[in-house]
Amino acid sequence: MRWLLLKDLQILRRSPLQTTLLVVWPLLIAVLLGFAISRSPEKPRVAFLNEVPTDTAVTVGTTQLPHVGINDRICERVECVHVKSRAEAEDEVRSGDVLAALILPADLVDRINSLSTPLPRTPKVEVIVNEEDPVKARLVNDRIDALLTQANLAIARRISVEGGKFLGLVLDGGSFSVLGQTIRILGLQRSSQILDELRPLVPTGQRPELNRVVRFTGLARDNLGTAVPLLNRLAQPVAVDKQVIDASTPPLEVFAVAVATTFALAFVTLLLVAGALALEREENAYPRLARGLVSRTGLLTEKVALGVIVGLLVTLLMLAGLAPFVPLHWGRAGLWLLAIVFGGVGFGAAGAALGAGAREVRAVTLLAFMAILPIAFLSLVPSGAVGPGLYDAIRVVAALFPFKPALQAIEGALDPSGPSIAPALLHLALLTIAYGLLARLALRRFASV
Amino acid sequence: MQARGLVKRYGGREALKGVDLATSPGELVAVIGPNGAGKTTLLSILAGIVKPDDGDVSVPQEEVGWVPQQAALYRRLTVEENLLLFARLEKSGDPRGAVEEMLELTSLSERRGEVVARLSGGNQQRINIAIGLLAQPSVLLLDEPSVGLDPRQRARLWKFVSALAEERGTTVIFSTHDIQEAERYGRRLLVLADGEPLFDGSADELRDAVRREAAEAAESDFETAFVAFLHHRGH
Repeated sequence: MRWLLLKDLQILRRSPLQTTLLVVWPLLIAVLLGFAISRSPEKPRVAFLNEVPTDTAVTVGTTQLPHVGINDRICERVECVHVKSRAEAEDEVRSGDVLAALILPADLVDRINSLSTPLPRTPKVEVIVNEEDPVKARLVNDRIDALLTQANLAIARRISVEGGKFLGLVLDGGSFSVLGQTIRILGLQRSSQILDELRPLVPTGQRPELNRVVRFTGLARDNLGTAVPLLNRLAQPVAVDKQVIDASTPPLEVFAVAVATTFALAFVTLLLVAGALALEREENAYPRLARGLVSRTGLLTEKVALGVIVGLLVTLLMLAGLAPFVPLHWGRAGLWLLAIVFGGVGFGAAGAALGAGAREVRAVTLLAFMAILPIAFLSLVPSGAVGPGLYDAIRVVAALFPFKPALQAIEGALDPSGPSIAPALLHLALLTIAYGLLARLALRRFASV
Repeated sequence: MQARGLVKRYGGREALKGVDLATSPGELVAVIGPNGAGKTTLLSILAGIVKPDDGDVSVPQEEVGWVPQQAALYRRLTVEENLLLFARLEKSGDPRGAVEEMLELTSLSERRGEVVARLSGGNQQRINIAIGLLAQPSVLLLDEPSVGLDPRQRARLWKFVSALAEERGTTVIFSTHDIQEAERYGRRLLVLADGEPLFDGSADELRDAVRREAAEAAESDFETAFVAFLHHRGH
């Protein structure tokens, strides 16, 4: 068996393109993925044009609110690319340098201020987007909606705070200034006290009327008191109480690394094993080997071993390439090896079943691609993304192929807080046996001359 | 080698209908017949690749060298690497020695480092045969060995094969479509048609049979006489 393995490695080495691809491809994917994970903008880039004059401010009634700081708040949540004109904003969007452009028109604050007048006008901001594809359009819309919700929330909070202050003045009394003049407010509480003090001095016949006024001030004080927290809640009436059901979800970068590694392992191992086995037939060597030089099981084992060795090298190369970008727990390298080897053996067995069923390398390569891609994508469909019946069907299909258990094993091995990888390894072992038996059966047909 | 009552069925079709064959050391046996006669099936059974439905072959597998019709070689490996791989798989006591011997035998020592894919069909066939000889078998089975070779390559091939039989005492059983080739190189001819053995003897004996059964073709060339013989036998 070792001589056959050596022969396959020699053949692999003789194909410079294949060998280069095997080395360069995982490194390239690792570097691209690493950059995508570590350098992806946490904040979307948005062209920002603020045409609102700097000396305008939001007012409530005749009171000018403190500066809300819309610029700062927006630029906290997106990466603002400040532009000087609408044309420049449009160019930035069209070129794809920014996700969208946000324009605060000059009359925005005037329109906000008009809300407290008899002739209110709806405040509007302008958004320029480039919906070149539906996925990007959805992403942009979601981002902009979230951004405007945040801005509206900030303004509403500021208004509620200022409104609360006015209510406090009505309740407790105090002073505020209008047009440079300080106005003192007595307040309901003090009013009630004064009326109580006046009660003994009022003629008995007029006291019921006075009592009604005193009762009103008390009721008004109590009810306005409850209005203050209500006003505070008005800005954000519904709070979110999130409870995490499945705490095993790994960090996004670990999941991304696991997906990339599993893809690399699946492609390399499955294609290599299937191709190497089909090559024995294409080169007419199988009947000669099967005359007692190598047993059928020995031949299958050798091909799977070839796939696992190369797959392991490629995935380790990939992980090493990702190490500068993503913090990997090298102390768990033993578990990585275990997960990759089990995954490789599973993919190798599936590749052997494919290779034993095909006559030509080209045909089996196409078959392997056709098998890997849809099943890998199906394995990544999360629950809730499709209807329950369809999801159950997808789960069954995904469970019949080594991609999902290999992904779970690699994910668990990479994530220190992840679940045990034992169930995934057991799943892979069962699939290996099943595909191994299939390959063994298919090899019987191989012998026909 | 002794094969008795070999029967092989593929579905409802009988590819071999009770073929017997006994050979002596150094004999050159040509298996001839029209397409579908069962030539490859017979050689595959003798090689141990296909199991017969009936009958048996009495020769140890390790004493049989098999050379398939299409060269069973790894085209991306060199001549030497191919020979060395199969010598090791054959568990040869001295794999490198066996390789040297085969390189010398095939006169390919100078081309040992060349990748097989770059060799001519004739040279590929010589390596193909050399691999069949690595285990130093007492019986060598060649399935259509001269297919695709030009006349010069064919002449070299048959010189090489004849030397194996004469000098080493290797029994060579080969199948061929080329009747002239069978007449020239086969010391004994086994004629098959539709899986049925029609004749077993020398070329001269086949001519005698033609004279008896198809006198009108007795003086024709060997191929015409052979076709007449088949026709007379209902094939």
